[in-house]
Amino acid sequence: MTSVPLLSVENLRLDLTSGGKTHPAVEGVSFDIAKGETFGLVGESGCGKSITALSIMSLLKPPLGVGGGKIRLDGREIQNLDAAETRKLRGKRISMIFQEPMTALNPLSPVGRQIAEMFVLHEGASWKEAERRAVDALANVRVPAPERRVRDYPHQLSGGMRQRVMIAIALACQPDLLIADEPTTALDVTVQAEILDLMRDLCSARGTAILMISHDLGLVANMCRRVGVMYAGRIVELRPSGDLFRAPSHPYTRGLVASLPRLGTRAASGQRKLQEITGTVPGIAAFPPGCRFHPRCTDMTDVCKATDPGVTQLSGGGAVRCHHHG
Amino acid sequence: MADPSSETLLDVKDLAVHFQLGSKMFGFGDMKTLRAVEGVDLHVKAGECLGLVGESGCGKSTLALTILGLQKPTRGRIVLDGKEVNVATDRGHLARTVQMVFQDPYASLNPRQTVRRTLADPLRLHGVTNSDEVADRVAEMMARVGLRPEQADRYPHEFSGGQRQRIGIARALILKPKLVICDEPVSALDVSIRAQIINLLLELKDSMGLAYIMVSHDLGVVEHMSDRVAVMYLGRIVETGPWREIFERPAQPYTRALIAAIPDPFLPDTGTARGVRGEVPSPLDPPKGCAFHPRCPVAIDACKRAPGPHLVSRPNGHAVSCWRAEEPVAAVV
Repeated sequence: MTSVPLLSVENLRLDLTSGGKTHPAVEGVSFDIAKGETFGLVGESGCGKSITALSIMSLLKPPLGVGGGKIRLDGREIQNLDAAETRKLRGKRISMIFQEPMTALNPLSPVGRQIAEMFVLHEGASWKEAERRAVDALANVRVPAPERRVRDYPHQLSGGMRQRVMIAIALACQPDLLIADEPTTALDVTVQAEILDLMRDLCSARGTAILMISHDLGLVANMCRRVGVMYAGRIVELRPSGDLFRAPSHPYTRGLVASLPRLGTRAASGQRKLQEITGTVPGIAAFPPGCRFHPRCTDMTDVCKATDPGVTQLSGGGAVRCHHHG
Repeated sequence: MADPSSETLLDVKDLAVHFQLGSKMFGFGDMKTLRAVEGVDLHVKAGECLGLVGESGCGKSTLALTILGLQKPTRGRIVLDGKEVNVATDRGHLARTVQMVFQDPYASLNPRQTVRRTLADPLRLHGVTNSDEVADRVAEMMARVGLRPEQADRYPHEFSGGQRQRIGIARALILKPKLVICDEPVSALDVSIRAQIINLLLELKDSMGLAYIMVSHDLGVVEHMSDRVAVMYLGRIVETGPWREIFERPAQPYTRALIAAIPDPFLPDTGTARGVRGEVPSPLDPPKGCAFHPRCPVAIDACKRAPGPHLVSRPNGHAVSCWRAEEPVAAVV
């Protein structure tokens, strides 16, 4: 690609300081997101996917901090901006929605005002003008009777409606990148489907890129054009999402795909038992040496214990971090 | 002697659980009735796994608590292992027959008790007094769920999430119950650990002859584990049948919507196939007519007027509550 990507994360390291020691919670993470692209980061708890997202928003707080690497927006480094510059980016260029909209919304303020605030802070609109635009913003996220709903407080709305309000706030100023951290995990499945449709429709209509963070491989593969699979602080495989399920290359991804109780697999295989990945996810202070997946890997050899595998580019686009990638 | 696999272990008839909400003072104020469970019939055979599916607020947890004897029913009867459940008189029998595995293994274990104590207490309470026997049974149970017996003197915080769920399973099984209610047993666990716990539950079901009620919103898990499936919506069972019937020939529009809502990683999603709008209405103020009609893509006028029909049996043990169930599928999809 010759054009500058919208977001470029290069060799990112995030450090966790605890008990006087520094542990790299995320290491060597690199990925690009093009304008209007959908990109997913998927992994289990503690793999570093959420703190990677927070670092892009400059929202990391001690004991976590950026230990190295570069984050660029339109080619400009953003990881060392001062507080005032960062505030200009947040909400305006990059915005974020979270798993639990109840804790992310202000319980003491009507939702219309919380949306209007975006127009006042970032676009210098008057409150009167901003409140009027908040009604349109709520209508855009398909909230029924928006002119009445703007006066509601968050506790008066259902979980799905609250997440719509979060999306309305996040997209109010037409950002270039929307970061969605487990946006539907707290919602029922039929509501999840609606929220995902809404995000997809609004972002593709406005050319907003999405960085989606989730533990749900199926959901991410279905929503995003490319997916990075994280394990123990590293991206172990980065592929176009179609390839990820059809021909996973890293043993961890292969194991995950095979272990998911997906609809239809029991009928197809006649088997109730699922393929297991043995062992447990290592903690940040105890990442194994060499390849971090080696203690759980079925293809493990001596080289995996001693040497950290580098990134191998795959034909057909994509990359994998494994000595014995398939 | 009848084949033990066809023995009915649990038989629930016309069960209703209502809650009175609000308060009345000097005869003023509003009392509202929340019908969490309304007219539920279901049965579980010995050694069988019944998957119970539904979204939050559908009453599946209240139903589970009522079967466990932790919630008093408003109406109806529950016969468990040949005896009518009566919480007041026979708590002990109930605890030895039906047990529960909880969703969150972090919240459901006592942090101040060692694994040994957590597993030994139920034994002592139910009359196993010989301390050698208690120690043996604790060690045996730990080995069965894949924990090392020498870990018995550790506390819950020393274990990972998957191991904690193994402790939760051991606690449920230590009294050798016949029925285990599993309430979302893997949804709080890491994705790479879920298959381990699902396989463990399947293995224990076969080796100990257990019956399960698998309460979950994750249809993939339910399809994998269940022999039969019941789908709940706003306190009622709207469809029930063998797992293949439910997943391959779902007849209730709500069941079809649940299945369609699962993202398929092999198909780029266009979002067009779903059709269900809106959210589950408040059970305090359920819609008139069939409770699903405001969200149903195929609702007709009859659905708005008449309450959802009773479950109507079809071939192959399948039963559906829908005014349009008898029409050919092509006409209503």
